[in-house]
Amino acid sequence: MQPAPDPAPGAQDLHLTFPADPFAVREALARMLALPPLCTLGPDGRGTAEIVLAEVLNNIAEHAYVDRVGPVAVTIAAGAQGVSCLLVDEGRAMPDNRLPAGRLPASRLPDGQTVELVDLPEGGFGWHLIRSLTRNLTYARVDGQNRVSFLLPRDG
Amino acid sequence: MQLKTHTRPKVIAVQVMEDRIDAATAIQFKEKMRDATKDGPARVVLDLARVQFLDSSGLGAIVAVKKLLGPDRALELAGLTPTVEKVFRLTRMDSIFTIHPTLEIAVSHAASA
Repeated sequence: MQPAPDPAPGAQDLHLTFPADPFAVREALARMLALPPLCTLGPDGRGTAEIVLAEVLNNIAEHAYVDRVGPVAVTIAAGAQGVSCLLVDEGRAMPDNRLPAGRLPASRLPDGQTVELVDLPEGGFGWHLIRSLTRNLTYARVDGQNRVSFLLPRDG
Repeated sequence: MQLKTHTRPKVIAVQVMEDRIDAATAIQFKEKMRDATKDGPARVVLDLARVQFLDSSGLGAIVAVKKLLGPDRALELAGLTPTVEKVFRLTRMDSIFTIHPTLEIAVSHAASA
């Protein structure tokens, strides 16, 4: 596997491969947060990292591997600008070979009123969260693999 | 997914006893909340003080519970920890819920109402 973009060469890079199902994702998140480089971040940085990694991993579990459980490989590397992450899976490609726009589903009407109760969104938050909390977000389909990479900025 | 329910005269307080509501437990959370709030007062306060992590599935489940309760009942939240608060804020879902600092404050609010 190729290293994440802009990695700092070092022994602190974390490589982890696990099945993309919700319980394995939960266990892997706990391990990632307990090990370098994420364990060296403050509480806010760890919270942000957990949100972003969980959303990308949930998306792989639900959409890339629709009817099966497949592997996902995660590389996390600390660099000068923050923490670089690369997630690689062997599931289906993203629709149109690109990342979803991540537009926030509407909970307010243009006049500021809350939408009707039945119309409140129950999903569609994931890519909005990912895009809000990362920089340099990229996606590539290479040799039957999905490769998503991003930077968790140092000050984020 | 364990919930602790206290029914008072004017409010049902539901404490989430887990440290996360995520993709692995969101559906179970929704079902248990439906059971916990089936009968009783119109006002429901969900205490999230023990929940350290909430993902978009967990957020969706909380919105789903609000919808299940219908227009004549209210789902309010209490005790948001920093990461949970961040998810509500970034998705602007903090604007569709009444959010109290703690369960105690939420309940005392009910008593004086």
